[in-house]
Amino acid sequence: MSRSTAPFVSPRRVLALALNTLTELSRLKIFYFLLVFALLIIGISSFSSQISVDQSEKLELQMLKDVALGAMSIFTSLIAILATAMLLPKDIEDRTIFTILAKPVPRFEYVAGKLLGILILLAISTLVMSGLFLAMLWFRESSLLAGLASVPLDDPETRQEVEQIAANIRAAAFNDNLLPGILVIYIKAAVLAAITLLVSTFASSAIFTMMISIAIYFIGHLQATAREYWLESAGGTWWSETILALVALIFPDLQAFNLNDEVVAGAAISLDLFLRTAGLGCVYVAVYYAIASFLFSTREL
Amino acid sequence: MKRAVIAGLAILVFGGARLPYEHHLAELQNAAGFRTTKLDLSLREQLGQMGFVASLSGFRSLIAAYLFLEAYDAWTTPIGETGQQWSRMANLLSTITTLQPKSETYWDMAAWHMAYNASVAALEDETQPSEPLRKRAQKQYWELGRKFIEDGIANNPRSSKLYATLARILVDKFEDHCAAADAYAKAADCPGALPYLRRAAAYELAKCEGREREAYQALLDLYNRGESERTPSVIASIKRLEDKLGIPPEQRIKEPDAQ
Repeated sequence: MSRSTAPFVSPRRVLALALNTLTELSRLKIFYFLLVFALLIIGISSFSSQISVDQSEKLELQMLKDVALGAMSIFTSLIAILATAMLLPKDIEDRTIFTILAKPVPRFEYVAGKLLGILILLAISTLVMSGLFLAMLWFRESSLLAGLASVPLDDPETRQEVEQIAANIRAAAFNDNLLPGILVIYIKAAVLAAITLLVSTFASSAIFTMMISIAIYFIGHLQATAREYWLESAGGTWWSETILALVALIFPDLQAFNLNDEVVAGAAISLDLFLRTAGLGCVYVAVYYAIASFLFSTREL
Repeated sequence: MKRAVIAGLAILVFGGARLPYEHHLAELQNAAGFRTTKLDLSLREQLGQMGFVASLSGFRSLIAAYLFLEAYDAWTTPIGETGQQWSRMANLLSTITTLQPKSETYWDMAAWHMAYNASVAALEDETQPSEPLRKRAQKQYWELGRKFIEDGIANNPRSSKLYATLARILVDKFEDHCAAADAYAKAADCPGALPYLRRAAAYELAKCEGREREAYQALLDLYNRGESERTPSVIASIKRLEDKLGIPPEQRIKEPDAQ
């Protein structure tokens, strides 16, 4: 008697699980934070436009970029940790996990579906926030350029100056680095989602997962400092070096994805640098996913 | 339990494998101008523990923007309500520029507030009856403004805006036309420089004792670039220097008196 066997790995099943995860998270009204983000950038934009009346156009644009990119980083990191931490406990509490795993769905596919779902949610959130931010930036840039248009350009000297000021405003508003800067924010959130999912595969509750993940977030930003001390210091006590080594080995280097402070100030991310940083992020996500699947494969539910 | 140990070991092995790559990536990012800001313990005192941790956690630019709003609030608070607003502003601006040293706008604002607004307020401070002390405070704010802009230039050596602000402070507050001419010249050499900066450098050079010949040549170079540079001020400055340097009539520019 022949028996039809399900394929070992099914992208369709993973996608179905991912879309289901996305629907679940949408029902939790996760997207409401976008309203807060919109209000925040509208508020800072109108406030900074008042500041810059007598001062600098660049300041107004910089304040907008500072706040928008900083808020994007906070919101995506929070979503990555809080939403991911709830996924497994909620499925266990609702007992939907038993329905899913009773079907021919390997556990690693279930974990992949959950991770993909949260990555799609983060992508949508980042996309919407970027759209709002870039629209506001364009609006402010247009207003500043319109203000320049009222200057009479009778003599060539004034025309030259105004043209250069307009060019400086354009350069301060949009630059090529904003896009890789935003993508790096997304990659950092993806790494956080993957590590939160890893923690949740052995955690006893969502609160525990959140606490551990938030701690990892902060330690991850200090990891690079620990690594540099460990690699470059000499003459430290054995136990301090052991602790530094463990911090450097266990925790992800989140500073590697922390490029926006300089992007706002105008630093350029080369394609090579971006690809290396993005590549590191992808490796983190893949490895944390693999370990999460490994741990979840025998977890008692 | 066995799986937990294997997972722990996997994390450690992964850590060991990625460490050299991350170290190299950090060096590359550093060379490209990223991750260069060093946050020391004095900043921790200024920001408080939470602010310091937040600044280490990827929110430096956000905290700098927030502190700038605080500085703006301190600036717009009437003097009568607090006598400490300028020193508070100086502290806030120092923290902001430490958090975002690559942002020329913050350095520029800090220098402008100190060299112009705070120094004038110090001179007109009615709570200080002694005029010499008021003048001393005024000079201290000039120096503070100059220090802000010089530190800003050290962090942003290709900033036209910062060199131009330094030049203005040198002219307006220190009457050092020679140094101002050099600063304007450096500003004109930076990317995105406004066209007037080259002329400003020449004007200041013309006021610098002992460098008149150099100034004359700089102005003549501008004049020879064409109509767009032949502004009334350029022509008037050349004519003044022609007289001062005793330039022969046949070598003088053929322009009617601009005055």
